[in-house]
Amino acid sequence: MENMTLLDFARGPGLQWALWIFCLGVLWRIVGAMYLLGTKDLSKFRRNHYIRDGLRACLTRSTPAEAFEDKIRFQHISGYAWHIALFVSVLFFAPHILFFESIFGFSWPHLPNTIILFSGAVATALLIALLIRRVVHPVQRLISTIDDYISIVVVLLPLITGLAAFAHIGGRYETMLALHLLAVELMLIWYPFSKLMHAFMTFPSRYQSGTFFGHRGVKA
Amino acid sequence: MRKDQNLGEYLRSQGVSRRGFLKFCSATASLMALPPSAVAQVAEALAAARRPSVIWLSFQECTGCTESLTRSHSPTVESLIFDAISLDYHHTLQAAAGHGAEAAREAAQEENKGEYILVVDGSIPVDNPAYSTIAGISNLDMLKHSAKDCFAIVAVGTCAAYGGLPGAEPNPTGAVAVSDIITDKPIINVSGCPPIPVVITGVLAHFLTFGTIPELDALGRPTAFFGQNIHDRCYRRPFYERGEFAETFDDEGARKGWCLYKLGCKGPITYNACATVKWNQGMGFPIQAGHGCIACSEPRFWDKGGFYDALSTGDWGSREALLGAAAVGAALGAGSAIRARARKRKAMAEEEA
Repeated sequence: MENMTLLDFARGPGLQWALWIFCLGVLWRIVGAMYLLGTKDLSKFRRNHYIRDGLRACLTRSTPAEAFEDKIRFQHISGYAWHIALFVSVLFFAPHILFFESIFGFSWPHLPNTIILFSGAVATALLIALLIRRVVHPVQRLISTIDDYISIVVVLLPLITGLAAFAHIGGRYETMLALHLLAVELMLIWYPFSKLMHAFMTFPSRYQSGTFFGHRGVKA
Repeated sequence: MRKDQNLGEYLRSQGVSRRGFLKFCSATASLMALPPSAVAQVAEALAAARRPSVIWLSFQECTGCTESLTRSHSPTVESLIFDAISLDYHHTLQAAAGHGAEAAREAAQEENKGEYILVVDGSIPVDNPAYSTIAGISNLDMLKHSAKDCFAIVAVGTCAAYGGLPGAEPNPTGAVAVSDIITDKPIINVSGCPPIPVVITGVLAHFLTFGTIPELDALGRPTAFFGQNIHDRCYRRPFYERGEFAETFDDEGARKGWCLYKLGCKGPITYNACATVKWNQGMGFPIQAGHGCIACSEPRFWDKGGFYDALSTGDWGSREALLGAAAVGAALGAGSAIRARARKRKAMAEEEA
């Protein structure tokens, strides 16, 4: 296409490639993990409550163990607050819903922009705070890998560019919109091959762990 | 207007009062983002201006730009100023036809060498020059010939400025903009489909006042008129902020004048004076009439997705392509898992052995 602008690329070929890679990568990871579930457990069979044990693990692992709560309270609360703020910004902003509707064919009610702006700002601030904590905290720094840092930056970029585009800061609107879309596309490409996959894997893996422990008679 | 008359004398002879003229000068100075102190300078310069020669070439176009200018709201001071230029060639408006008309163009070019303004509306086909000719002369040749001796070029309308509708994919005639061909002359792009009449006369007033071309943006448009984003200046903007959108063209939201973003309004990516200067003597503009902006002053606006698709939707391809990518991913996942199991079995067998 001749004379393609940055926005044209971001709304067209860039978006298409990012979505293809995202779909391919996510299914690759999920199907691969599901096939591995069939590994035979050689331990003695002790309980027969697979579903209950699985669901229980999903719940118990959603809150930290009491013994650790004091030490990770900030991380615990800010982690939940960050996810809620992110979901509100992503899922209830009218232009975002129009995008999802164009793919899935259905929509849902949106929230006023003021709330979206607030939740976006909260999500951005919390993620920056969590990134700083990860760098400063000796234990967190020790267990962090390059994947963690890249994933945080890759998620932070759409938030920052989205807020900038919304508030008309940093450049002309179409430029900021293009940068926002490109940031989202970068995240989509990085997503399946990184820890961002936890969005798909968290609960299935907790469930699987619960059933696995249940099989061996472990109450966890 | 006689050749020896200046603009001030001509306007007085047409019954335009000093007050009316100053009102126009104030509005023009304001549009050009000049300070109030410049109004007197604008008035003085305009009143003393001699009629400049203008050669207007119409190529691959629909005449909408000319219609916009001549039928918008006359008679006004703007239209009288337009009358006050020496429009020496315009094949839609001129009385002369055939060889006489072409001779007038050649004569105007010869008499006003280096001083005349060349106005172009319409794009130029370059795939085959025969696609559009005037008096047997291809648009390409006529443009090159007429541009050779001009002072500056005003590309009126999105077709002349960026290729416009004729240049839309698949661009069957190989239509290009004036700036794709002429690179050694100042070019002012007055884009729009059509452009706002007062923007055309405003550019002309700037030329008459200062004898220079106005400040231009990255797309060659006068920043005085194209520096503002439609969305930023839209009176429906508060509804966007509150998340109040019209869902269809006849629902309650539409009747209440809510934001047209969901109906495909391209205001956020469009730069033009529609929301400030407006059309039909400042009566309204498309968004005020209930239709979203189609970004007609932007390059390739025909190829930026559907006019009624919301800006945030994007061209994400097809569901089939996404499902295909997902199927390939699933196959890769299954393949890699089977391979991993085989490796594990082999390792166990080796250990047992």
